[in-house]
Amino acid sequence: MQNTKHIFKKEFKAYFVSPIAYIVISVFLVIIGWLFFSTFFLERQASLTRFFSLLPVTFAFVIPAVTMRLFSEEINVGSFELLITLPVTFRDIILGKFLAAVAFVAIMLSPTLLYAVTISLLGELDWGPVIGGYFGALLLGAAFCAIGLLASSVTRNQVIAFIIAVGICFTLTLLMDFVLFFLPSSLVGVFQYLSANFHFQSIAKGMLDSRNILYFLALIFVALFTTHLVMQEKK
Amino acid sequence: MIAIQDLTKYYGDLCAVDHVSFDIHKGEILGLLGPNGAGKTTIYRILTGYLRPTSGDIRVKDFHINENLAEIKKLIGYLPEAAPIYPEMLVYEYLDFVADVRGVASNRKVAHIRDLADLCSLNQVMHMTINELSKGYRQRVGIAHALMGDPEILVLDEPTSGLDPNQIVETREIIRRIGKEKTIIFSTHILSEAEATCDRMVIVNQGRKVADDTLDNLRKELKEQSIEAIFHILTQGN
Repeated sequence: MQNTKHIFKKEFKAYFVSPIAYIVISVFLVIIGWLFFSTFFLERQASLTRFFSLLPVTFAFVIPAVTMRLFSEEINVGSFELLITLPVTFRDIILGKFLAAVAFVAIMLSPTLLYAVTISLLGELDWGPVIGGYFGALLLGAAFCAIGLLASSVTRNQVIAFIIAVGICFTLTLLMDFVLFFLPSSLVGVFQYLSANFHFQSIAKGMLDSRNILYFLALIFVALFTTHLVMQEKK
Repeated sequence: MIAIQDLTKYYGDLCAVDHVSFDIHKGEILGLLGPNGAGKTTIYRILTGYLRPTSGDIRVKDFHINENLAEIKKLIGYLPEAAPIYPEMLVYEYLDFVADVRGVASNRKVAHIRDLADLCSLNQVMHMTINELSKGYRQRVGIAHALMGDPEILVLDEPTSGLDPNQIVETREIIRRIGKEKTIIFSTHILSEAEATCDRMVIVNQGRKVADDTLDNLRKELKEQSIEAIFHILTQGN
C-alpha cells in the first residue's frame, strides 16, 4: 500500500510539471462553461441540471486526454522497465496511476463549484441535486479514468490511447439516447442500464441509489482488472 | 547467490535465450559478454522481473523467480541498457521517488541520496530536469538509481556505454569499489574493461552459453592470450 502512495505522488506531480495539466483544465473549463452558460440565462432557472447533463459528453473527450500518457509514455520512453523492476507490484502501479488521474479530475472539476455558489446568489438553489451531481461526477470521472488507463496500457502511442478511450467513453455516454431509436422497446431497458450517462443522471437527480453507485464501482473494477491482465500478458 | 537454470525465452518464434544455466556467487563480479543480440539484455530482463521466462528457473538466495518475484526485486538494483528515465522529473525528485519505493527509511533518506550523489558525481545536476542532462549524466543517474537502498545484487547492462574515457574510468572505479561488498553482474563491449573488472566471465552467443570460466582458464584452454581473440573464437563459431 505504501508503494501505491509513492506512485500516486509521482504521477500526481508529473501532471503539473508538464503543460498538459493546465491546457486540459483550461479547455475543460472553457468548453463546459460556454456550453452551460450559453443557455443558462434563457432558462431562467437557478439550477445546475443542465451543467450535469453536459458533463458526461465533455468528460468523454477531456478525461482520455488526462489519462492517455499514463502507460503509453512510459512504454514508449522505456521508463516502464525501470518502474517495473523496482520492488513494486502491478497493483501498486495501476492503483497509483488511477488515483492520481482521479485526483486530477477532482481538481479540474473544483473551479465549477463557483457556478453553484454564484447561482445560489441568483436564486433558490436546491443543494441536494448539486451535491449528488458532484458525487456522481467523481464516480463518472473515476470510471472514465479507469477506461483511459486501460486504453493507455494497450499501446505505446498516446494518440491511439486517446482515441480508444474516447470511443469507449463516448459509447457509454450515448448508449442511453441512441438505443431509443434503434432497438425494440423490450431491449431499451437493458442497454440503458449499461449506459454510464443513465446511472450518472440518476445520481445527479439527487437519488443515491446503491445500484447506480455499484454500476460505477463495477465499471472501475473491470477496467482496472483488465489493465492488470494486459500488463501480465505483455511480459 | 544467484542460480540460473535452463533459462529459455522465446519472442514469438525467435529464440532469444536457449537453455542457459550459470551461477553467480556472493561477492563476485561476473561479466556477461557476447555480441549484440546474443541475449544478454533478455537474461537481465528476466532476472529483474521485467520479462517472464518461457521456461527454466532463476533462484536468488532462496527465492524462485516464478513464486517470489517481489522478494527478488528488493535484492536487485538494475541499470537498464539505455537508462531511460522520466524526462520531466528533477534528478533529486527522481532519486527521492526511487528511495521511497525501495523503502529507504525517511530519517536517513536525505543522507543516502547525498552519498549516492557524491559517489556518482551528481551534485551539480541535482536540480536539473533529466531531459536537460547529457548522456553521461543520465547514465550516472541510472547508476545512482541502481544503488539506491543498498541492494545486495547489482545488474548493470553496459554501464559505461555512451560515456567519455574519463567517465569510463570513473564508472569502472565505482563498480570496483562497490564490488567489494556486493554481487555484481554486468556486461560491456569494451573487453579490456571486462578483463580489468570481472572475476569470472560468462560468454553467450545467439542465445546459448559458450563459455563460463575465469579469464586465466580460458586463456589456457584456448591457447590465446588476448581477450579479443578469445571472444572472437567463441562467438564466431557459426
